[in-house]
Amino acid sequence: MITTTGLTKVYRSRGREVTALDGVDLHVREGEVYGVIGQSGAGKSSLIRCVNLLERPTSGTVSVAGQDLTALAGRGPRAGRELRRARSRIGMVFQHFNLLSSRTVQDNVELPLEILGRSGKERSRKALELLDLVGLADKAKAYPAQLSGGQKQRVGIARALAGDPKVLLSDEATSALDPETTRSILQLLRDLNRQLGLTVLLITHEMDVVKSICDSAALMERGRIVESGTVSELLATPGSELASALFPVGGEASGPERTVLDVTFHGEAATQPVISQLSRTYNIDISILGAAIDTVGGLQIGRMRIELPGRYEDNVVPVGFLREQGLQIDVVGQHEGREPVLVKEGAK
Amino acid sequence: MTWSEMWTLLEPECWNTAYMVGWSTLIAIAGGLPLGILLVLTERGGLLQNVVVNKVLGQVVNVTRSMPFIILMVALTSFTRSVTGTSIGRDAAIVPLAIGAIPFFARLVETAVREVDGGLVEAVQSMGGNTLTIVRKVLVPEALPSLIASATTTLVALIGYSAMAGTVGAGGLGDLAVRYGYQRFETDLMWVIVAILAVVISLIQFAGDYAARALHHRGARSGPAPKLRLLKAKEPAAADIGKVA
Repeated sequence: MITTTGLTKVYRSRGREVTALDGVDLHVREGEVYGVIGQSGAGKSSLIRCVNLLERPTSGTVSVAGQDLTALAGRGPRAGRELRRARSRIGMVFQHFNLLSSRTVQDNVELPLEILGRSGKERSRKALELLDLVGLADKAKAYPAQLSGGQKQRVGIARALAGDPKVLLSDEATSALDPETTRSILQLLRDLNRQLGLTVLLITHEMDVVKSICDSAALMERGRIVESGTVSELLATPGSELASALFPVGGEASGPERTVLDVTFHGEAATQPVISQLSRTYNIDISILGAAIDTVGGLQIGRMRIELPGRYEDNVVPVGFLREQGLQIDVVGQHEGREPVLVKEGAK
Repeated sequence: MTWSEMWTLLEPECWNTAYMVGWSTLIAIAGGLPLGILLVLTERGGLLQNVVVNKVLGQVVNVTRSMPFIILMVALTSFTRSVTGTSIGRDAAIVPLAIGAIPFFARLVETAVREVDGGLVEAVQSMGGNTLTIVRKVLVPEALPSLIASATTTLVALIGYSAMAGTVGAGGLGDLAVRYGYQRFETDLMWVIVAILAVVISLIQFAGDYAARALHHRGARSGPAPKLRLLKAKEPAAADIGKVA
């Protein structure tokens, strides 16, 4: 749905060059919620602004819904008619809401429809319908200044949906909100994604946002995407920083002569109650040192750190059993190279 | 001088002043609003970035603003004659008054429009709005309270300028005050005029402030209060990622 290839953005000011995006290849599938996470200055903002060409990429291409936007952009700095029409089919929500204070809530939602040249009757019908969808039907005549942050963002979302977009871009939409409001806004985005089949590309610096609604995620560092994939693909990737941040597990061995295992649950394999099966089958006592597990759509996704009595050599058979169940098993302390990553997980 | 004698002098000059100031304010708004907006749009990083146009307009505004009004009036004599057919009288005074006030109002418009949050412009761009849409739906409505305050300031300044219009035979309250108060030592008439101007200007300022506030109570901005934004760390949860990376 959204594809960027070799996207590069270089800012020049007073002879200095800053590379904000350094060859970003992003692929967002239709109907998924895709999160791009990174620290400030990593280039996330430039990336999302390049997707609807609010920023002109220095090189590379952007295509949304099969349409090459970079080709529509033309050479001049201003957006031509074709690009503006394409933009009207991409909704965008902002960190600071960007509602017009001089207009009522309803008039704010009608603004994109005015730009599209819809009739007054159609505009107000659509605006009220959307306000109802985001749960603000009673606030149509209020001014933005009379609303709370969460309500303002709901208006922002309703406005972004006015043009019936297939794609919604969310630029830190929840970063100015408190945790509880953040949850309700994320829930709303999730619902809209499911109900309307909306493809959502969001950028955030909060791991919780990715964890609670994203199907796929990418980690950005210094203008590059260092990791990307669906959440279960990331989990299946040994040493994935995103996976260990999404599902942090910790805990040290309780003594010598113990085997510590990280069990990763992802995909179809994770439906069985494997830990109790393991315990019964081999008659061993298993301690759980740490776990970070979510149940998504009936499947368990996440990681668990367990401890088995005896050294690794004594536990080859139980480990084999777990692997037979289709689980990914990493033995903590076995591979020196991997240890630092896991220690960091513990620190979290 | 009795009150009725004064009033026969005052009444027509009140209307003269109102006529000159009224028309020149309207022309100043009609000319200054687009000029001020153009100054913002053409500046570096603006929507219609054009350094040459911006520099030229800025310079024209500065030159006009730096000229004392009485000199501007004399300098424009031939232009005034080509517009109104005469260089004396109240119609002739409107031309230099308006031309003096256009750059004055334009600078105030420029400041007011620049205050509009850039995020709103970006939002309308993301909806597919063009520059005209941004001006009509964002810049002007969002800056409206400040624009009304600017128009009030311009109107008050024009009442002051209009006192000099007597130089070209336009009459008006200011001219009356100079002729009677200064040249004929009729100071009581002068003080009456000062009192009238004080009352009129207070009323205009009050009405302007009231209108600006009435529009403003709908709320200053859509984001959180600026103070909070300063206090808050820029990206508070960045530390979470720091631990991972």
